[in-house]
Amino acid sequence: MAHFDENAKPFGNKWLDERIGLNTLTRVLQTEYWIPKDINFLWAMGMVLAATFGVLLLSGIFLLMYYKPDANLAFDSVNYTIMTEVGYGWLWRHVHGVGASIVFLIIYIHMFTGIYYGSYKRGRELIWLSGMALFVAFSAEAFSGYMLPWGQMSYWAGMVITNLFSLGSIEAYGLVEWIRGDYVPGDAYLTRFFMLHVLLIPLVIIGLIVLHFGTLRLPHVNNQEGEDFDYKEAADLYKAGKVKESKVIPFSPVFLSKDIFVMGVYFILFFYLVFYNFEFAMDPVNFDPADGLKTPAHIYPEWYFLWSYEILRPFNKDIGLIAFGVAQAALFFLPFIDRSPVVAPAHKRKLFNIWFWALVVIMIALTALGKLPPEGIYNDLGLFFAVAFLCMGPLLVWITIKEKNEMKGA
Amino acid sequence: MRELKILAVVTFFSVLIYILVEPFAHSQMHKHVEGHNFTYTGEADIAEASDEKKAVKEKFWSEVKTIASLKGDATAGEAGFGMCMGCHNGANMNMGGAIPPNLDHAGAIYDKNYLIALIKDPAMASNVDHKYADTMMHPMGSVSSMFTDDQSIADVVAYLLEKKAGEVTPKEAYKEACVRCHAMRYANLTQLGETPKFKHEKDALAHKIKVIDEQDAVKAYMGKLPPDLSMIIRARSESFLETFVENPQSQFPGTSMPRVGLSAEGYEKVKAYLTEIGDPSKPERERLGPWVLGFFIIFSILAFLWKKEKWRGHH
Amino acid sequence: MEKERRDFMGLGLGVFTAVGGIGALYAMKRTWDPLPSVKAAGFTTIDLAGAKDNELTVEKWRGKPIFVLKKAADMKKDPRDIVINNEHYHVSVGLCTHLGCIPAYKKDDHKFLCACHGGEFDVSGRQIFGPPPSPLVIPPFKIDGTKLVLGEEGPEFKKMKDAGLIA
Repeated sequence: MAHFDENAKPFGNKWLDERIGLNTLTRVLQTEYWIPKDINFLWAMGMVLAATFGVLLLSGIFLLMYYKPDANLAFDSVNYTIMTEVGYGWLWRHVHGVGASIVFLIIYIHMFTGIYYGSYKRGRELIWLSGMALFVAFSAEAFSGYMLPWGQMSYWAGMVITNLFSLGSIEAYGLVEWIRGDYVPGDAYLTRFFMLHVLLIPLVIIGLIVLHFGTLRLPHVNNQEGEDFDYKEAADLYKAGKVKESKVIPFSPVFLSKDIFVMGVYFILFFYLVFYNFEFAMDPVNFDPADGLKTPAHIYPEWYFLWSYEILRPFNKDIGLIAFGVAQAALFFLPFIDRSPVVAPAHKRKLFNIWFWALVVIMIALTALGKLPPEGIYNDLGLFFAVAFLCMGPLLVWITIKEKNEMKGA
Repeated sequence: MRELKILAVVTFFSVLIYILVEPFAHSQMHKHVEGHNFTYTGEADIAEASDEKKAVKEKFWSEVKTIASLKGDATAGEAGFGMCMGCHNGANMNMGGAIPPNLDHAGAIYDKNYLIALIKDPAMASNVDHKYADTMMHPMGSVSSMFTDDQSIADVVAYLLEKKAGEVTPKEAYKEACVRCHAMRYANLTQLGETPKFKHEKDALAHKIKVIDEQDAVKAYMGKLPPDLSMIIRARSESFLETFVENPQSQFPGTSMPRVGLSAEGYEKVKAYLTEIGDPSKPERERLGPWVLGFFIIFSILAFLWKKEKWRGHH
Repeated sequence: MEKERRDFMGLGLGVFTAVGGIGALYAMKRTWDPLPSVKAAGFTTIDLAGAKDNELTVEKWRGKPIFVLKKAADMKKDPRDIVINNEHYHVSVGLCTHLGCIPAYKKDDHKFLCACHGGEFDVSGRQIFGPPPSPLVIPPFKIDGTKLVLGEEGPEFKKMKDAGLIA
């Protein structure tokens, strides 16, 4: 039976500690949540993502107040009511649009940091998997949100992406119609994607963020050298006042102080884009109202989906879909494709280093080609890089098995 | 040092992606069209004309040049302008084609060469002569029987430039140059101009029917209903809008949209109106931007100092 | 000394962040404000010329019911009346000042009765029975011939307001 001090001041430190374990929480989540000291600013991307999600949530709440999920009203509610009439409505919209785009830049940096430093192995598999689940959830959130202004790009992206679910030669158009609730993307479609965007997917994202943080606590985050050291020993050293010698720092306030500085710099870039350079995130074509009888001259997804969109393009429908599916799933299994027990930055792993930079180049090439018109040389390059991407998985298996054998041999 | 190196790598790839998917991809998607700063000499028309039409166009534009060099007499032009008033009278009546535009500020928003060319041959001036290849006549085609000699054209243009100029607001420019075809619902404008407020639904519906009738007439003439321009300033790039307005055929060969002959000043007015309606937050964005950026710059400096304090003795 | 300095930096950052937060709160507050189009639509013109003695008509202004009652010769006059061409009109927001229900007009008794909690008002909108704490509210008006522009404060309204008669 717990002891409760009758004289403790209500809502004081002791009073709270006895009721919700305030001191334990502070210790476990902040002052004695040990982070390795040997890290760089890339380790702040997690908090930058959390902050961006917060900004998206907040701006989204204010957009929700005047948005109308109705195929006849949606476009004008966004472009007239919110942009013209609502006080600072334009600010929320620009913040929301730019935030939705830039969050993927940070997600990709965060992912590639994980790959570069091998941070998905040795007890950190669940961090990677929950992170990938977050990537999928964010992708769904971005897509559903892209429907809402109900412009030309919204409509035709909705048309094309839902058609993927016809599953090629299986011709499951019944499934496509079920997803749309109509023969084409229409009112029912818009309203259900509105629901997904403002309720279901955000709930999933919040749950996954909690899980992602949870999977991080026991294995601790990786460090710049992939060094495995005794956290208890390092923590004792830190607590004994030998902060210089210790290999760890507490999450709060030491690690956090750096996070906040990185966030500040990030928000300079963020708001520069919001005020002065937003067209990359708010495509001009989407300022034409949805028209089911006219496809825009060029249609392409937002930049963060381009690489997977490009994998779809060079093949016939069935093979394209399979390639697309494989590409989406492949990254999930990274911790299991990589057979090497080595946890070290790529620049210390010869072949893996080449593999890593090749992956970066291939994905950037696919991204660029995904937006270029599918004609002439761009088609050939598209096929080349799509095949190259698909080869990267088996190649990694081979590289890492070799690495493992070399280790055994040494 | 190492952190800066990493930052340089991350920045390099981010900027590379940006350049590839934005400026580069768009340069590949849209053909480049050279603008002529809203002067009308027929240069582009002749260049893009088919072989059998080249000679006709060359002759036409050289005649325009000749007339432009004549000295027009505004007083003499006033009488000529009286004939224009037969149609361009602000009565909002469609006499075939679209509603004849109000000419109250014609001298301020249209180019001199264009006005001359228009009175000489409306279809040629608007660069839509391909639409009238058969027996169909341009709705303003009868003008050639009103102004038969070069001097009378020079006179009426002189009259327009002198007496029908004056200060013009962006809204007036839009209403005179565009609204007969392009509605703008965010500004409460239809092809018939401003929609008045009606107390009774019946009157509102009656007006709506009149608008639909007019839209049908424009549709029949143009092939399809020209788009509402409420959001066009954000839906098209600046260079597209400029070159398209200057010469629609340059962007969409065969389009039924006529060249309207705006001068550079006239276009500025129209653009100002498109911006006012389609991108009304622009001034506020420009005002607020520096403050928010300044806030985060100072925030970052303070955060850096705080971080330094917290990390003191750690390395 | 060292400790103090450290706290000072953190405090400085915190205060500065709070200033930014206030700015953001201001933007949020503005987003909640009624839209300009709603405010612009806050004016309604009603014509009193057609009103008949002792017959209540209900108009709508800013979403609320507006009582218009032309007083017959035998009905009690009041300083709250709007007088046009020697005719007395009672014009008020038709919401009970107790909790906002719409009182019904009892033509024969010359009074308004609120069904919610039994509040009663006389033909000048003054409370005569039950829980209503104050008379029916007179909306801002401006006299324009035989017409009333609701939402605008004319000299007659200002006079009533200064005399403390509007509610």
